[in-house]
Amino acid sequence: MALDSKVPKGSIKDKWTDYKNNINLVNPANKRHIDVIVVGTGLAGGSAAATLAELGYNVKAFAYQDSPRRAHSIAAQGGINAAKNYQGDGDSTYRLFYDTVKGGDYRSREANVYRLAEVSANIIDQCVAQGVPFARDYGGLLDNRSFGGVLVSRTFYAKGQTGQQLLLGAYSAMNRQIARGKIEMFNRHEMLDVVVVDGKARGIIARNLITGEIERHSAHAVVVGSGGYGNVYFLSTNAMGSNATAAWKIHKKGAYFANPCYTQIHPTCIPRSGDYQSKLTLMSESLRNDGRIWVPKNMEDVMAIREGRKKPTDLSEDERDYYLERRYPAFGNLVPRDVASRAAKERCDAGYGVNATGEAVYLDFASAFERYGKEQAKIHNIQNPSPAKIKELGQAIVEAKYGNLFQMYEKIVDQNPYETPMMIYPAVHYTMGGVWVDYNLMTTIPGCYCIGEANFSDHGANRLGASALMQGLADGYFVLPYTIGDYLSSDIRTGAISTDSKEFEEAEKEVTERINFFVNNKGTKSVDYFHKKLGKVMWDKAGMSRNAKGLTEAMAEIKAIREEFWKEVSVPGTADEMNPELEKAGRVADFLELGELFAKDALMRAESCGGHFREESAELDGPQKGEAKRNDKDFAFVAAWEYKGEPADAVLHKEELEFKDIELKQRSYK
Amino acid sequence: MNLTLKIWRQKDSKAKGQMVDYKVTDISEHMSFLEMMDVLNEQLVNSGEEPVAFDHDCREGICGMCSMHINGEAHGPDRGITTCQLHMRMFKDGDTITIEPWRATAFPVIKDLVVDRTAFERIQQAGGYISVNTSGNTQDANSIPISKHAADEAMDAATCIGCGACVASCKNSSAMLFVGAKVSQYALLPQGQVEAADRVRNMVEQMDKEGFGNCTNTGACEVECPKGISLENIARMNREYLAATFKG
Amino acid sequence: MSGILNSTIGRKFAMALSAFFLMIFLLQHFAINLLSVFSADTFNDVSHFMGTFWVIQYVMQPVLIFGVIFHFIMGFVLEIKNNKARNISYAKNNGSANSTWMSRNMIWSGAAILAFIVLHFIDFWIPEINTKYIVGDMSGLHNGEYRYFHELVEKFQNPLRVAAYVIAFVFLALHLLHGFSSAFQSVGANNKYTKGLKGFGKAYAIIIPLGFIFIALFHHFNH
Repeated sequence: MALDSKVPKGSIKDKWTDYKNNINLVNPANKRHIDVIVVGTGLAGGSAAATLAELGYNVKAFAYQDSPRRAHSIAAQGGINAAKNYQGDGDSTYRLFYDTVKGGDYRSREANVYRLAEVSANIIDQCVAQGVPFARDYGGLLDNRSFGGVLVSRTFYAKGQTGQQLLLGAYSAMNRQIARGKIEMFNRHEMLDVVVVDGKARGIIARNLITGEIERHSAHAVVVGSGGYGNVYFLSTNAMGSNATAAWKIHKKGAYFANPCYTQIHPTCIPRSGDYQSKLTLMSESLRNDGRIWVPKNMEDVMAIREGRKKPTDLSEDERDYYLERRYPAFGNLVPRDVASRAAKERCDAGYGVNATGEAVYLDFASAFERYGKEQAKIHNIQNPSPAKIKELGQAIVEAKYGNLFQMYEKIVDQNPYETPMMIYPAVHYTMGGVWVDYNLMTTIPGCYCIGEANFSDHGANRLGASALMQGLADGYFVLPYTIGDYLSSDIRTGAISTDSKEFEEAEKEVTERINFFVNNKGTKSVDYFHKKLGKVMWDKAGMSRNAKGLTEAMAEIKAIREEFWKEVSVPGTADEMNPELEKAGRVADFLELGELFAKDALMRAESCGGHFREESAELDGPQKGEAKRNDKDFAFVAAWEYKGEPADAVLHKEELEFKDIELKQRSYK
Repeated sequence: MNLTLKIWRQKDSKAKGQMVDYKVTDISEHMSFLEMMDVLNEQLVNSGEEPVAFDHDCREGICGMCSMHINGEAHGPDRGITTCQLHMRMFKDGDTITIEPWRATAFPVIKDLVVDRTAFERIQQAGGYISVNTSGNTQDANSIPISKHAADEAMDAATCIGCGACVASCKNSSAMLFVGAKVSQYALLPQGQVEAADRVRNMVEQMDKEGFGNCTNTGACEVECPKGISLENIARMNREYLAATFKG
Repeated sequence: MSGILNSTIGRKFAMALSAFFLMIFLLQHFAINLLSVFSADTFNDVSHFMGTFWVIQYVMQPVLIFGVIFHFIMGFVLEIKNNKARNISYAKNNGSANSTWMSRNMIWSGAAILAFIVLHFIDFWIPEINTKYIVGDMSGLHNGEYRYFHELVEKFQNPLRVAAYVIAFVFLALHLLHGFSSAFQSVGANNKYTKGLKGFGKAYAIIIPLGFIFIALFHHFNH
């Protein structure tokens, strides 16, 4: 099937407006006869469910947690971008569009990104109307901060808990519809397959995670907003339950999976401390506004610090290597995430890592304490303040800005970050790749939509900070409700979809058989054993830097792990009860397929772009020496993979990317 | 370190549960409490036993899923944290740790340490929202200035993660800190004023229907709350409720 | 408005209102008793006034009795309801980690106070009612003098009774240490202006019962 992105004609500024003016609508009396299933209740799924219900559709929403408000969008800390230009610093829809395309290393679809930038301002209005308590300044107006990779302040935030507040906003909108009976909420339910009838998505098979019951649910359209697949690495900043199952199941039923190799490795996470580690904790990127990143210049100092003979604070300024400031004078510590992560890896690979595992760099606030302290001393008219006084005044300011993050760090690492620099290291955080969708957010299965992080999205090969929240809410509040109406307008005479058809029966049978296999298999190894093994291959060979040899090996190794998994996995308990091990088994089974496709995609893309760094494709000399080298001639396309059984047999479909409104350039942050 | 764990095991909501003793060895002090539980579960799976079911998800203290009563305290002995942020350095080699599910009639046990907290969802469905449709045409976000003080206070209330530690810690299993926080967030913002009276009445009515106890102001909830939600929110809810009731 | 006592917050509010009333009563009772330390005559005069003035006797006294009974009954009702809100108790509960003993044991300090009130009624209130309304002697005189001070002193000669009073007032102090600020919290007063009230509440909770103890001991040892 040829890929048609269905981007409307016309100038980029008018596409979305013209599109909305010309689509088919469903009249209110008909909407109440149309059912929509929404899988996942994070920012994308939650906002979509609420908005569709407000419009009058009957929504069935599914969450694996005990409440929609626990979806992992809640963990987003830093903020949400919007082109409001409240700071008057030159922001505009075009600039947000430009920054996002550039930040994504020119691998996203222009029309989608422009639409995203266009609706971004509406999101802030909507959220404030819902009662989201964004940070405000003393005049009572909304405050902004700055994030990596951009030159304006356009990030709206609610302390270090922006994702939580936005999700609670979407959840409150859902609650209003649940109370009205327009959303039927299925908590502790997991989608295990999509049901396609006559070529259209018409329902799902879900498992009740409390009773183990397998349920059939029908609808006129299915929306998947189930998040990213970062947990393919085992260790990531994702929640323990975050999984790719819903997205992978629709892929297996006909939805193409795009750019799986685009993964964001976030530079500021708390380093790993041991093999028992179950997840990694992110420290907001906003810390890079005030923290300076460094490692020691001299190897002797590195050794002395690792052995505890020296403390980081013992090193003088000229014994420190502020490598981001050295390499990228224009953006310094605020380079985009992929650049910052690779730079940290480069230093640690060269042996300059500052903790026992050799995988940590310093994030130092000492100069922020001094800068803010001097400022405060002036404000409070303190003459000749002592260095201790300056530090104290400065620390108070830093505490007001990042207090909760500092406290979180101290609880985990047991070191006081006000006294000694924080240690950080990159960790898997977000997946830009995902299910391929057209301009309507529809997958290659008619009637099956994919929104938020689960789709291949608007971020290209790298996502800028504070853009994930923007995209999730844009999809759910402002894009999908229009585009899905256009599709459903042809379904007004269909009537209720029966769950007694053979398609439902077959899908249910398949799901039941798989579950029965797991609980009956007499294996010897736990699900986590396989997940950790997969994660290690992914991190070592498809992590921050990749090469053809490693990726080829990774594909073979993952296949081998998968084969062992199906022989040796052991799942205690039964199918008809709450069984967390069974849930994990199903998810890891899907990761074991996705991981291989991931490596295949990374192998195919023999260029470096955004979060995908191929060692073979780097600048060899000139001022950009060592930086990633993109290849627009051969790779300016979206790689959409069609499922054909084994992941290795997946068939590549290319969506060529056209850049009419932005000139393709090397992304330089020097 | 080596530890003895006394854990509540219960097959399902109907079964009768009991405390069961387990031993874990070689626990690192840098592990989080849930990682220690992972070690135990790995041990159980490898010996063919059913692992202990417990709720957890984000493991960074924000989703509010984890919910253990550890050594007689919700989220264990540390302050300002959830169970997933509790670290083993709070314990000593040879300790015996008692781990129980949240106990409240309104939070029935589903399995082992997993409880059903959907009573909280129903309370929020009763009025925990501002009735505004998604249109893209709401007024500009800066058209209503909100004092920084009110916005910050609303934010403090809104940081509640709905974990239920307040109910679990309260000797009366009262949900007033949770409901107070939710009522307060909207009561403090101008957007929330229009529906304020109905909101507090309906939410309190639902809270009572769910079978939570009466607040006797012991303050245990505030101490155990991982997000430091203040008792002031309960007082504010009381004011809002009384005002709404006497207004008729 | 109707059925406010059916809601948790309504019950808290009613509990707090009756508590305020009882705390004010306690204050005036204390003030009058304290007079007995300084001047038997003033004490007698005020006691006679309180015992015979119709507003006190026919309006305030019934309200007080209603307040006491309401506060006790509601306290027990709340306790029963709250016990029902946790059908299975914890195997291990470390209540002292997050709350005061006083706040967790209001029902026991309250029960002790109830026992004391029974004793107190037998000692003073029932004989008083008997003299005034059964016998019909409204004069307040005994052997040509006001009998109040004399009766008071006489009661405090028995060391067992003094001991019972002292113990009861210790419980009263414990009850008030939590109850005072709790009542304000219940009616919704908890903000920067009420922070000072907490200090005042602690002082009240200690000084008043201590004062009663002092009066009892004073009369025991001075006569």
